[in-house]
Amino acid sequence: MSDISKSSRSGNTVWRSFIYIVLILSALFTLIPFAWMLSSSLKLDKDVFRFPIEWIPKHPRWSNYKEIWRTIPLGRFIFNTAKLTVIVTFLQMLTSSFAAYAFSKLNFRFKNALFLCYISTIAMPWQVYMVPQFIMMRSFHLNNTHLAIICLQAFSAFGVFLMRQFYQSIPDELCEAARIDGMSEYRIWGKIMLPLSKPALSTLLIFSFVGTWNDFLGPMIYLTKTELKTIQIGLRMFITQYSSDYGLIMAASVVVLIPVLIVFLSLQKFFVEGIASTGLKG
Amino acid sequence: MTAAELSVGSLKGRRIKDNLVAYSFILPNFLGFAVFTLGPILFAVYLAFTQWNGSGPITFVGLKNFRDLASDSLFLIALKNTLVYCAAVVPLTVISSLFLAVMLNQKIFARNFFRTVNFFPYVASLVAVAVVWNMLFNPAKGPVNQLLSLLGVPDDRLPRWAADRNWALFTVILFSVWKNTGYYMIIYLAGLQGISQQLYEAATLDGAGRRQQFTYITLPQLRPTTFFVVVMLTIQSFKVYDQIYMITQAGPGTATLVLVYHIYNTAFVDWNLGYASAVAMVLFLLVLAVTLVQFRGEKKYANE
Repeated sequence: MSDISKSSRSGNTVWRSFIYIVLILSALFTLIPFAWMLSSSLKLDKDVFRFPIEWIPKHPRWSNYKEIWRTIPLGRFIFNTAKLTVIVTFLQMLTSSFAAYAFSKLNFRFKNALFLCYISTIAMPWQVYMVPQFIMMRSFHLNNTHLAIICLQAFSAFGVFLMRQFYQSIPDELCEAARIDGMSEYRIWGKIMLPLSKPALSTLLIFSFVGTWNDFLGPMIYLTKTELKTIQIGLRMFITQYSSDYGLIMAASVVVLIPVLIVFLSLQKFFVEGIASTGLKG
Repeated sequence: MTAAELSVGSLKGRRIKDNLVAYSFILPNFLGFAVFTLGPILFAVYLAFTQWNGSGPITFVGLKNFRDLASDSLFLIALKNTLVYCAAVVPLTVISSLFLAVMLNQKIFARNFFRTVNFFPYVASLVAVAVVWNMLFNPAKGPVNQLLSLLGVPDDRLPRWAADRNWALFTVILFSVWKNTGYYMIIYLAGLQGISQQLYEAATLDGAGRRQQFTYITLPQLRPTTFFVVVMLTIQSFKVYDQIYMITQAGPGTATLVLVYHIYNTAFVDWNLGYASAVAMVLFLLVLAVTLVQFRGEKKYANE
């Protein structure tokens, strides 16, 4: 008996070491590009490609970080992106959870037909209808406005689906009890459902924030004026214009990563929980 | 009016009111959804059967666009590249994300740190990481080739990555797997947490080893998750554009031309909107076909 437990314990040690080796390797593989980005952002252009890599530059050029704000309207780009991201994320969370409440907890005519409408477009790539959508926006004179990006992103079928899946897991009795107490549907949504749906809302928030902040093709089609550009197409423009200013490119890239990093780190606790509870895992 | 009639009347009134309340919940989202998604989708289907340059009159041409596709060599190349990309990215991402998730589902030291690290590429700005990728894989002076050279690969045998017809698509594939693995890892983790611990305990009592537990419990229990991951990955792969634009610009030549790139160029460079919509319909039918096939497979398995 003791023999068996001993051999399984040593098997465990081998297994554990194996896990750690794999995890450390994968973490390195994942992090090296970021480390390299950070280290290059503090170098002179001519030192960026020097080999062996000098991970911590002896004479860090902090001035790269000052210079990028002067060479491109980075502040403008960040402001545009932040504005769009906040509006889109807010609208998406609000309208999705609102519609999802009806789909999950209310009975009405054409409920199934309407929901089918939503579901059937989830698998439809945006790229399939981006061309007619652009033509339509242009006829509304919305090209080269931020409103175009907002309209494009704020009403996703995916958000409605995600919130509805989550509301399905909340017992109907809760709403029934509130109705008997004389609460209106709007108050049930606001006072009972919303506070309960934190994991789902934060999942939607992360998806929507990351999606809008990192969107590339949408702004590329709609925003051609420099002062309207978002950080992604602005950064891309900068990279094409100053293709050999490696240090500056890397510094700008680091700046672009920071907001997403902050949002992600502050919400990541909810994220696994959110995906698990919204049934997004299939 | 009798009491019964009265109550029928008020019941009807209540039903109408209930419907109105429900519609008021849906309306804000549905308005936007109908105008900016549903409308354009129907318009796209119609455009696929027409010829239009975006400003002149729209000419209905029937199936001509679809007949032309068969002899459009660029379309055929784009279709082939998209399928190759998909066939590589889907299994590679499934394997790496499942593998990482299983490792990270154990009780280990610094588990949250590893989870966060692996997830980070997914949220990181694509433009920023793509430019780093390009510099790391720069054929002449990038650290990757410098390392390979240090390891003894002769200079003329060093891969030229994004600049080489034969390596370009592979470079993009590698990038996509690196970028998206973390997201699917999280989904797999959620799936793993849904597996009952009792199954493993029973298996341990029966003397099943780690590998047997993985094959006979973990994998079958994760089937719905894997189904979801494969569908999502396939759809994502079919609509790939951003990575290609930033790493290879569809080049060298047409080595990494994909369907969405072809749609973009046909629509916004050539202003051939009808034809672009026809290509888009092919993209949609592909996605639909793959999703349906996988749904059927899943159903069949679930009934067994």
